[in-house]
Amino acid sequence: MLPSETIAVAMSGGVDSSAVAAMLRADGHNVIGLTMQLWNQRRLAGHEGMPESVQGRCCSIDDVYDARRVAETLGIPYYVVNHEERFERDVVRPFVEEYLAGRTPIPCSLCNNHLKFDQLLIVAQQIGADKIATGHYAQVVFDDQLNRWLLKRPADTSKDQTYFLFGLTQEQLSRTLFPLGGMTKPEVRELARKHSLAIAEKPDSQEICFVPGGDYKRFLEAYLSEQGETPTEIAGEMVTTDGKVIGEHAGVHNFTVGQRKGLGVATGSPLYVIQIKNDTRQVMVGKDEELYSRTLRSRRVNLISTAELREPMRVSVKIRHRHQPAPAKIESAGPDEIQVTFDEPQRALTPGQAAVFYDGDIVVGGGWIENSTP
Amino acid sequence: MRRRVYLDNNATTPVLPEVLEAMRPYFGEHFGNASSIHHHGQETRAAVERARESVAALVGCRASEVVFTSGGTEGDNLAIFGLTDSGDHVITSTVEHHAVLNSCKRLAAQGCEVTYIPVDGRGLLDPADVKRAIRPNTKLITIMLANNETGVVQPVAEIGQIASEAEIYFHTDAVQAAGKIPIDVNKIGCDLLTISGHKLHGPQGVGALYVRKGTGLEPMLHGGSHERSRRAGTENVPGIVGLGKAAELAVAGFARGDDCADQTMAATRDHLERELLDIEATGLNGEGAPRVPNTTNIYFDGIEGEALVIALDLKGLAVSTGAACSSGAIEPSHVLTAMGLRPDRARASIRFSLGKQNTAEDVDFALALVSKTVERLRELSPVWPRSEVSR
Repeated sequence: MLPSETIAVAMSGGVDSSAVAAMLRADGHNVIGLTMQLWNQRRLAGHEGMPESVQGRCCSIDDVYDARRVAETLGIPYYVVNHEERFERDVVRPFVEEYLAGRTPIPCSLCNNHLKFDQLLIVAQQIGADKIATGHYAQVVFDDQLNRWLLKRPADTSKDQTYFLFGLTQEQLSRTLFPLGGMTKPEVRELARKHSLAIAEKPDSQEICFVPGGDYKRFLEAYLSEQGETPTEIAGEMVTTDGKVIGEHAGVHNFTVGQRKGLGVATGSPLYVIQIKNDTRQVMVGKDEELYSRTLRSRRVNLISTAELREPMRVSVKIRHRHQPAPAKIESAGPDEIQVTFDEPQRALTPGQAAVFYDGDIVVGGGWIENSTP
Repeated sequence: MRRRVYLDNNATTPVLPEVLEAMRPYFGEHFGNASSIHHHGQETRAAVERARESVAALVGCRASEVVFTSGGTEGDNLAIFGLTDSGDHVITSTVEHHAVLNSCKRLAAQGCEVTYIPVDGRGLLDPADVKRAIRPNTKLITIMLANNETGVVQPVAEIGQIASEAEIYFHTDAVQAAGKIPIDVNKIGCDLLTISGHKLHGPQGVGALYVRKGTGLEPMLHGGSHERSRRAGTENVPGIVGLGKAAELAVAGFARGDDCADQTMAATRDHLERELLDIEATGLNGEGAPRVPNTTNIYFDGIEGEALVIALDLKGLAVSTGAACSSGAIEPSHVLTAMGLRPDRARASIRFSLGKQNTAEDVDFALALVSKTVERLRELSPVWPRSEVSR
């Protein structure tokens, strides 16, 4: 057993983070429970097209109540810290702007990079905690030979969350614990039951926490109307890949690469969104086979298992959370940029999503998908 | 066992032993419903009326003008909703407690007009602004006596004068003043005044609203004819008895000191304040304004107040910052913001509020801990210039 440390646990009120608090407490650590208040669910309630009552899960009173009850059961101090301002600036705003620029963002990664493993780590340090622990399914280990902290896929690969954690720096990893990395979900629930935690049977949450019911379009519209902003130049033409205009669309934010439903055009064969052109606001549609690309360019790259990529490297690359990593070659393409060349063309490489590089179970690094070429 | 020092008495105060003793029989042997005609009812009725007299003595009114409530929030709501109708105009301030602010927000949604009088950098409003805000349909002025975050005391007597001349109802939320400074409803010239039991070492869940004789107040709770038909519902007898005892003790305290509530408390607060202001890059919120003697609100540049409150709590000192939202997270203070404080300073501000139970040792414990913690937090701060930190 490790020597006793003061550890701040990021508690969401769910099973995973509650189990983490219980485990660390049982191991004799000095545990402090923290919940981040990130978004006021009532803020957009009743706004154009949004439900009158509070429906989203993010920072809901119920979740805070659950986390507080768990902390009380475990006998640990517990606090809610307010990071609404930072969350709006670093997660919600970029989320909205990415969609308006015709891209498909991942707010969870932004939240990890800017809030959970940045602001929360700062708060933890300020209140005297050496480390933070979260309920993510991932593993962090120090490699003596490489002299680096490594991020690895968890034992329960069906729960793997490393895709959302590629942005963690060495400094952040050195102060982070993922105690669930070696466990399966059923084991975690069993542990919660064993500690008599009231949330042991609570269902997992899947949706984007601040978007009620997962309807991001309604969220965008309500947020923009609340801000008094009317986005201009988002409407445009719907064109086929061979340049034929087949209709109009009301806004690029309504589309994502690979989308088939809701295109508003009727043709004989099924059509898919192939590309969203940011400059001309054109949504290009085409046949399924046109969705496949062999290369992509990723930007704002963060490398974990190596400080820099001096020469091309064979890896497997994940281009969305539920994607089977595909064999590829990565090579440096400028400062913070990496070019990915897949062995086999991949379907629907989507700007705004992340490309995360794996060497077996080890996360080499990752970057944000900028564009793709066939 | 960790030593714990509680300097958050504006949030709530511990029930004094004498208060608890006074309440105790009314949970058991004296259990009657104060409205009952038999012996048991008469016993508790007498206790309720004695408490009413004690509360009347605390605020300088007649016993018949005291309405017992469930606390400060109910008192404020009863005063505000009990006097206004759609189409009325109400004047309040930007630094009121949420019990008043959110009630006014609700009034506005129900068709009333509301004017919010601003405050200056000291947290004080100008009575002339109140006078200027009066319209033909102004029905009510509701301005607090002492602020919960800064302790700043508003010029309520001048506002009372203005209200009286204009024949407009004047309500003041005196929750943070009662027990700390002497209150006289006739000197203030108010028609309604709210107090809360647990802010003056009485129990939680009980309060009182002073309603000047002849004020046409509509009840919010409808039912029996309790409290002269101004507040239906069986009386919370143990709570009312506790509030009465707390009021009695507060009055006795005033009688001992001369003008101020408690000279010792004022001296202790001043010592705490001086020492805190000796820490580098700190300042007093509400400087230059009259304040209740138990409160001091200080900003510590380069610090996140939230982290400081948590760090101090983990070491055994209970203080607070701003207002908490429903989740318990800290919200930016509307009071400090209304005073024009820079946002980073508003976030860096901490409220220390003393109670009768606090000792000089408590203050020493707090001072040592605060200065050490502030220094440590500044060392960790990405924005704080290290060289300026005194070591």
